[in-house]
Amino acid sequence: MMRLADRRCWLRERNPAWWFLAPALGLMVVFFVLPVIAGLVLSFTDFDLYALGDLRRLRIVQLGNYLDLMQDALFWQALKNTLYFTLIGGPLTIVVALAAALAVNSKLTPCKRWFRSALFLPVVTTLVAVAVVWRYLYHPRFGLVNYLLTSLGLGPIDFLGDPLWAMPAIILMALWKNFGFGMMVFIAGLNAIPQRLYEAATLDGADDWQQFRRITLPMLQPTFVFVGLITAIGYLQLFAEPYVMTQGGPANSTLSLALYMYQQGFRWWNLGYAAAVAFVLFAAIAGIGAAQLRRRKGNP
Amino acid sequence: MTAGRFARLVVLLLGSWWTAGCGQRTTVEFWAMGREGEAVAQLLPEFHRLHPELRVKVQQIPWTAAHEKLLTAYAGGSLPDVFQLGSTWLPEFAALGAVAPVPERVRGNPALPPDDYFPAAWQSAMVDGGLYGIPWYVDTRLVFYRTDLLAAAGYAELPTDWPGFLAALRAVKRRQGEHQYAILLPINQWQVPVILGLQRGAALLRDHLRYGDFSNEAFRAGFDSYLQLFAEQLAPPPGDSQGANLYADFAAGYYALFISGPWSVGELRRRLPPDRPWDWRAAPLPSPTGVTPGLSLAGGASLVVNRRARHPDAAWKLIEFLSTPAQQVAFYRLAGDLPARLAAWNDPALANDPAALAFRVQLTQAAPPPRIPEWEQIAHKLAEYAERAVRGELSAGDALTLLDREVYRILEKRRWLLRKESSG
Repeated sequence: MMRLADRRCWLRERNPAWWFLAPALGLMVVFFVLPVIAGLVLSFTDFDLYALGDLRRLRIVQLGNYLDLMQDALFWQALKNTLYFTLIGGPLTIVVALAAALAVNSKLTPCKRWFRSALFLPVVTTLVAVAVVWRYLYHPRFGLVNYLLTSLGLGPIDFLGDPLWAMPAIILMALWKNFGFGMMVFIAGLNAIPQRLYEAATLDGADDWQQFRRITLPMLQPTFVFVGLITAIGYLQLFAEPYVMTQGGPANSTLSLALYMYQQGFRWWNLGYAAAVAFVLFAAIAGIGAAQLRRRKGNP
Repeated sequence: MTAGRFARLVVLLLGSWWTAGCGQRTTVEFWAMGREGEAVAQLLPEFHRLHPELRVKVQQIPWTAAHEKLLTAYAGGSLPDVFQLGSTWLPEFAALGAVAPVPERVRGNPALPPDDYFPAAWQSAMVDGGLYGIPWYVDTRLVFYRTDLLAAAGYAELPTDWPGFLAALRAVKRRQGEHQYAILLPINQWQVPVILGLQRGAALLRDHLRYGDFSNEAFRAGFDSYLQLFAEQLAPPPGDSQGANLYADFAAGYYALFISGPWSVGELRRRLPPDRPWDWRAAPLPSPTGVTPGLSLAGGASLVVNRRARHPDAAWKLIEFLSTPAQQVAFYRLAGDLPARLAAWNDPALANDPAALAFRVQLTQAAPPPRIPEWEQIAHKLAEYAERAVRGELSAGDALTLLDREVYRILEKRRWLLRKESSG
């Protein structure tokens, strides 16, 4: 037991910043930390519909859910799909975002503001509406994409019905939908580069490409870390695109981890199993995020 | 200060208005889904006239969110007194204990005579021998076909036996050419392979629904004929049907037949161009022998009473009212849902409608799928493996073996519960 005076001193010695942070931290504990802990506990049980009706039908399975996951072909398929989407879609999105930022920022581009808004528009458009339009674009017989392909002499491709093409189709749509955000951040990053660096380089006789490689790219390094991390985190949680476009099909070729978790949890109410999927996804995101941060730090 | 006092006054006035003049009127809460929710609200004025002491509050829930909403309401203890429950969800809510077996006094009620219901509908409201709800409307699947395309292939009527049916499909396909097909079979649905299996006597699950029985010979035979429809290109290849509009494609002659439920009758009447020079018809499924119609799946929805209903007696009165033949007919006229009650079918609206008659015949040959909470998950797996077999990723035998293995895992908890029950 602390004496009252001791306690007062203890309180006084704390950094006052804690008191200002306390309300926000309190909310985070209640609405984030506690549910996460509850989720972790849930992942060690077989909580399902039967247990929801009567808790006596709940079993503690320890690592059982995780072991089952290791043997679940569908889980591996979902993990593979998620990584496919992130590793192909992520870099593509960043490259396109940078290219768009450079194009919009160029002195030669007229109506910059208009282009900036137009390219950003997909980011703020409702995904469901977007998905409906893209489903028409991809339609094997009436879609615009296939119309263009056929006029080039290439056969119609059933984008959303062919297991080989469904994921590339989703990636293309996600790319179109998301690159605007990266573009805005890159534009801000580009504008923060002091103009005098370019002037000095021009005096030294550096051409445009050299200026881009030696000035623009290194100066954008922190922006790359930020955009890369946000994109990776967002893409690993791929859910809405396959949910509204393909429901994970055809032949599970667009089933993502988050979609699989949703199906297990809210379609079949295998909440224990779904919680285990959630923690694997969490570990993947934390791992990839940490790796990315470390790589950027080690390479200034 | 003045604002606060004013607000208090408003609350006071509202409160007294809210409680005033209510007398002893009981309010029954009722949740119904989608179109049914809209339609049933129009039947209620009559109920209120017959029972002035009762008030029914209908909440309409969209189908896509219904399952989640019902389960979360159960978890939160806020289920209504009465609700509509699709036949595949009923076992789940019975297992949860959200719905109690129908009490004896209701079962003996002459207003709800079991023999005035389609047996398949009555069965679909039963779980482990107990009755958990009263069937409200029924559905089943049968064949819709274009008479002109069949006639062009030399068939005035659809053959009622499988060999004849298959021959008709082949004849239609020959006339349809390479890029058009005879029959639409959506690749991600489980109903058709299950129907074909049931028709050959497959039980689907075995040993008191503890294990999958899909490797069984009877199911395999049905599964093989399902795959044959794709192998012979009588049905569009996988994926080709996705994202397409069923009714527009049917009107365009992309296929001549499809298998669907009663909702398609209304859709066809609404969506097909009225000036079209051709007609469509509904017919019961073919059977192996052709003597009786082939077995189909029975579905539909029941009305159930929440185990913790605040007004169970009023709730049963509402169900009794909605089950009267007159209200069943009125409901059919509003929503197009087929009455579960046989007496309702004598009404000219149903008796003189050729499409409804086809359903009536089919409903005499229908069976519900296994009534366990895990069925939808099993059916989803079945669709997944059927798709892989159609795509040629797996042989028919391998697909069914793997399916049985998945089902074994899905039913693990059920086996554990049954063991626990029998031992203690």
